[in-house]
Amino acid sequence: MRRRRKHPSGVDPDLLIRDAAKLLRPPSRRLFLRGIASVGALATLTGCDIIDGDTSENALRVISRFNDWVQARLFNPHTLAPTYSESDVTRPFPFNGFYDEDEAPVIDGDKYRFEVGGLVDNKKPWTVADLYKLPEVSQITRMVCVEGWSVIGSWQGVRLSDFLKIVGADTTAKYVWFQCAEGYSNTIDMPTALHPQTQMALKFDHKVLPTIYGYPLRIRIPTKLGFKNPKYVTAMWVQNNDAGGYWENQGYNWFSGL
Amino acid sequence: MSIEAAATTLAPAKATAPERLVHPLWVRVTHWINALAVLMMIGSGWQIYDASPLFDFTFPRQIALGNWLAGALLWHFAAMWLLVVNGVVYFTFGILTGRFRARFFPIRPRDLARDFLAALRGKLSHEDLTVYNAIQKLLYLGVLLAGIVIVLSGLSIWKPVQFWWLTAFFGGYNTARYVHFAAMSSIVAFLAVHVVLAFIVPKSLRAMILGR
Repeated sequence: MRRRRKHPSGVDPDLLIRDAAKLLRPPSRRLFLRGIASVGALATLTGCDIIDGDTSENALRVISRFNDWVQARLFNPHTLAPTYSESDVTRPFPFNGFYDEDEAPVIDGDKYRFEVGGLVDNKKPWTVADLYKLPEVSQITRMVCVEGWSVIGSWQGVRLSDFLKIVGADTTAKYVWFQCAEGYSNTIDMPTALHPQTQMALKFDHKVLPTIYGYPLRIRIPTKLGFKNPKYVTAMWVQNNDAGGYWENQGYNWFSGL
Repeated sequence: MSIEAAATTLAPAKATAPERLVHPLWVRVTHWINALAVLMMIGSGWQIYDASPLFDFTFPRQIALGNWLAGALLWHFAAMWLLVVNGVVYFTFGILTGRFRARFFPIRPRDLARDFLAALRGKLSHEDLTVYNAIQKLLYLGVLLAGIVIVLSGLSIWKPVQFWWLTAFFGGYNTARYVHFAAMSSIVAFLAVHVVLAFIVPKSLRAMILGR
C-alpha cells in the first residue's frame, strides 16, 4: 500500500517535538491545565497553539474515554466481522509499523518464548513448537488502519479464547495486556479477547508468519483498528488494570473498536 | 413598492411586519451550535483525510484541525456528539412545530425553473425572509439530506463490524469513505454559497442572530 507513511509509521518529527515538549513542561503547569481542561474553558481561550495543542487534546481525551465506554456498549460479542474469499486477499499485503520495514525485529524462533502472566493458572512459557500444536482456526477479514485505508488478509492460528481457557485465565478480569519484542504494547478489554474471531495468528496466507507480519506471533482482532493488532508478541498478561499501549498513550482512542 | 411596504399600507395592524419573528430561538440556537460543530467536523475531517488521501491532493495543515492524526481524531469523535445531539434537537423541533413543512414545502418544478432563471440574472428575491424561494428550499433540503448521509456514512466507517449492514448499504467500507467525502464536499459547496449570501443580504444574518 502506498499510503502507509504518515502515521503510524517511521519516526514522525512532530512526535519527537511533542515528546520533547512534554519533558520540558513543568508538572505544575500540566496539573493546572488538567484542572481547567474542559470544552467550555476552551471556548474562552484563543490561539492556534491552544486549539491545536496539548491543552485541547487533554480536554478531548476526557471525551475519548467516554467514547471508550460507548464503544464497549456498542460491542456485541456475537457480531462477527464480515469475512471474505481467498481472491479478496490484498496482495502484496503491506507492512505497517511505527518504524521502517527493514527495522522490523527479527526473532530467533528457537530462543523465542511466549510468556503468560497475571491472573492465569499456568504461567509456563510457550515455545514456537508448542504454539503450533494448538488447534488452528482460519479467517479472511478486513484490517482497518486508523489512517483510513484497509486491507484484507488471511490469518491462521489459535483462538485467543481457547488459549485463555488452556492457560486457565481468569476471564472475569478486565484486561489482557500484550507486550512486543520491539517495545510496542496494547491493552484490550476482556470481551474483545473472548470474541470468537480474536486470534493468536501464527500464519499468514497459510504460511508461517513472515518477519514483516509479526513472526512468530501476532494478535489478530478484526473487531478493532489495525494498531490494536500487536505483532512480535512476546508476553500476555491477564489483569485488572489498564496498562495502556504505544499509540493509545499518545492520544489514539483506547477502545478503537470497529 | 416592496411587499413589506404594501403589507404595511394594507394592514395597519401589521405595521410592525418587518419586526416579525423570522427565526424562533430554537432555530437560532441550533443553527449556531451546528455551525460550530460542522466547522470542527470538517476541519478535523480534512486532517484525518490527509493521513490516507482518497485523491491526489491533501488539505493544507493550516486550515485543518488537530495538528496530527490522533489530535484530529479526538476532535472529530468529540464534535460528532455536538453535531448529532444538536441535529436531533433541530429535526425534532422542525418536524413537531411544522416549520419544516411550512418553510421547505411545497417545491414546485415551475417555481424552481422560475427562481433558477431569476438566480442566474441575479434577481432572486430575499425580500421577505420568512418565505423561502424554491432554490432556497431545494438547497436547504439538500444540505439537510447531506447532513443525514454524512452522519450515517461516518457511522458506517467508524463501526464497519458492529454496523456491517450499514457499511454494506453504502457499498462496503472503501466506498463508504468516498460517500463520506462526497457528502462533505457538498456541504462545503453549500457553505460557500450560504456564507456569501448571508453577507450580501445582511438582514438575513441579523435575523439568524436576533430572530428578526
